[in-house]
Amino acid sequence: MISAGMDVGSKTVKVVILKDGRIIGKGIATAGLEADEAIQTAWEAALKEAGVSREEINKVVATGSRREEISGFDDEVSEVTADARAMIIVNPEIRTIIDVGAEEGRAIKVDSGGKILDFAVNEKCAAGAGAFIEAMARAMQVSIEEFSTESLKSDKTIPINAQCAIFAESEVVSLVHDETSRPDICGAINDAIADRLASMARRVLVEPKVALIGGAALGIGLQSSLKEALELDELYIPDDPEFLGAYGASIVASES
Amino acid sequence: MEKYKTEPLKCWDKAKELRTNLYKRLAQARDEGRMIVGGGTESMLALPSGYDMEFLGGEPYGASCTFMGKHDPSVHHGFFEAVEAARYPRDLCAYMRLGLGSFLENRFAFGGKYPKPDFNLQLHLCDTHGKWYQILSELEGVPYNAVDFIPYAWETENENEESKRLKKEYLAGVMLEVIDWMEKVTGKEYDDEKFINAVNWECESANLWARCCMLNQSIPAVMDEKMMFSLYIIAVLMRQRKEAVDFYIELLDELKDRQSRGIAACANERFRFIHDSQPPWFALEIFRYLEEYGAVSIGAHYSFGLSGGWAFDPEKDTWLPAKPPKEAGVELKTREQACEWYAEWYLAYHTILRSLRWSGRGKNKRMLDLVKNWKVDGVIIHLNRGCEGTAVGQMEVRRFLADNNIPCMTYEGNLADDREFDLPRTISKINTFMETLGLKKLTK
Repeated sequence: MISAGMDVGSKTVKVVILKDGRIIGKGIATAGLEADEAIQTAWEAALKEAGVSREEINKVVATGSRREEISGFDDEVSEVTADARAMIIVNPEIRTIIDVGAEEGRAIKVDSGGKILDFAVNEKCAAGAGAFIEAMARAMQVSIEEFSTESLKSDKTIPINAQCAIFAESEVVSLVHDETSRPDICGAINDAIADRLASMARRVLVEPKVALIGGAALGIGLQSSLKEALELDELYIPDDPEFLGAYGASIVASES
Repeated sequence: MEKYKTEPLKCWDKAKELRTNLYKRLAQARDEGRMIVGGGTESMLALPSGYDMEFLGGEPYGASCTFMGKHDPSVHHGFFEAVEAARYPRDLCAYMRLGLGSFLENRFAFGGKYPKPDFNLQLHLCDTHGKWYQILSELEGVPYNAVDFIPYAWETENENEESKRLKKEYLAGVMLEVIDWMEKVTGKEYDDEKFINAVNWECESANLWARCCMLNQSIPAVMDEKMMFSLYIIAVLMRQRKEAVDFYIELLDELKDRQSRGIAACANERFRFIHDSQPPWFALEIFRYLEEYGAVSIGAHYSFGLSGGWAFDPEKDTWLPAKPPKEAGVELKTREQACEWYAEWYLAYHTILRSLRWSGRGKNKRMLDLVKNWKVDGVIIHLNRGCEGTAVGQMEVRRFLADNNIPCMTYEGNLADDREFDLPRTISKINTFMETLGLKKLTK
């Protein structure tokens, strides 16, 4: 059986194609206000890698915050379920999943069978989401990748106290005016984001092992800050962490 | 195929009539020679009832403004904007902002000008409410008195008897002083008989509402929380009046009849939850949406406690309807006796007021009591940014319930300010919560 999962997030669209439980194709595209074009691009990439046609896909399950806007799927599943379903396959030792997408951060507590025991989602504030990282990188005039690597060069702890992304940006501007070094500012921002995420994750009572997934998990600066904020010896980052949601959706599709 | 039979409440029209009449009486009070007293509805409504008066309660008025604003946003947005223009911060109690805004605009949401009270009387338990009516009184140029009070700690804390005795003595003394103060500021003689009747009726109303809530322990629930919003409000607005007692007697009989015939509030009840804190009044559709999953809010600490009198029974280790004076075998004969009884009622039996002051183990226990005895499957907590009082201890409660394996969901909002509420995001959270519980929509 060939199934597919489609994760339509606020920033990117990810598609995963699964054949007999094995990933045979993946595609990702950046979405603007209209997701249709990105969906098509992501599908084309995934189908090409898989070497199958769309007609051969038996079932498609969608997840992601923008799934309500689109058509072209047979069923849907929440991001929380999709993440949990994927993680039990990828690493069954994980008990706490922290997923940081562009719009939303969420923490999910699962048992040894992958059952969801509790979950928490950041509220309206963007300070614990990927959009904040992007905004901060823009403010620092560096790419996301540079932002992350710069952060690791810092050996100082500079607090950014604002809980609100907008106010945090103004604190960053103050640091720039104070001629604080770029690595220290990048480090301070990652620490601030990690603090927000840790605070949200504590709502579900963090239990090791902990995984960080979603697009923001690619940032090594954030990985380091979150590990410290949660006082973890180890933070698990799967391969292609941004595809976990789509992978989970494809697993759900393959089961029905 | 529906699981349970359902039918509308017969006393529904009576509830509407009582509410409408109250606002009509408020509008006519001046012409008919009655005074108007303003304040929060948690205030001791029997106290000013020694006079012929109408009580203008701030919170139900705020909730009404918001509900009316759903159809005409200029109603509540206009009030919010007036308050902001007067430089009051946006994170204040949303009811306070609506009440203050209505005064500043000199516009009453039900029509006409904002009614100026003869005086304001406020229970100073919630600090914001205390300041609300202080500021309003200064602006209105009317006298103000705040009854300062700290309820008994929850039973989990084993507060010593001496501490309780002192609290009761103090509160009863303050009540007597308030009566003297009212005579001074109004220049009118206070009628003790009216006061004593009001104390009796208030306690009876609260007992009857608690007994109505007890009936919701049955499966299916005879009331859902949406119904409760329209039913408990009678006690909020006029619990000290005979009409309220009569109404709750009628309601209790009707609910008993529904229970005996297996009449449900929701035809497809299969997931019973309680909702913490006031709802976002402008978005009550979330309760209808949850019903699509067969999920029914069968009540809340708030909906049960705001209008209900609840006494802790140590033998049964649970809260039960508190006994009003007559049922307790007490006949109130004097002003002093009535104040003493009334003080004890507020200190010990008003679970909402207790939870505004005390969170921690006691509130956790109260929530767990509701979950167990009302056969609740999960809890939905409204992180209410419009009411700091009911938000006290919410995250502690969430953690406690989760540790007891009770599924919990939180959503952020505001009881009255819709600018702080994200409906699609809340719906998305509900969908996720239902999915994690293995529930699918019964209807597409």
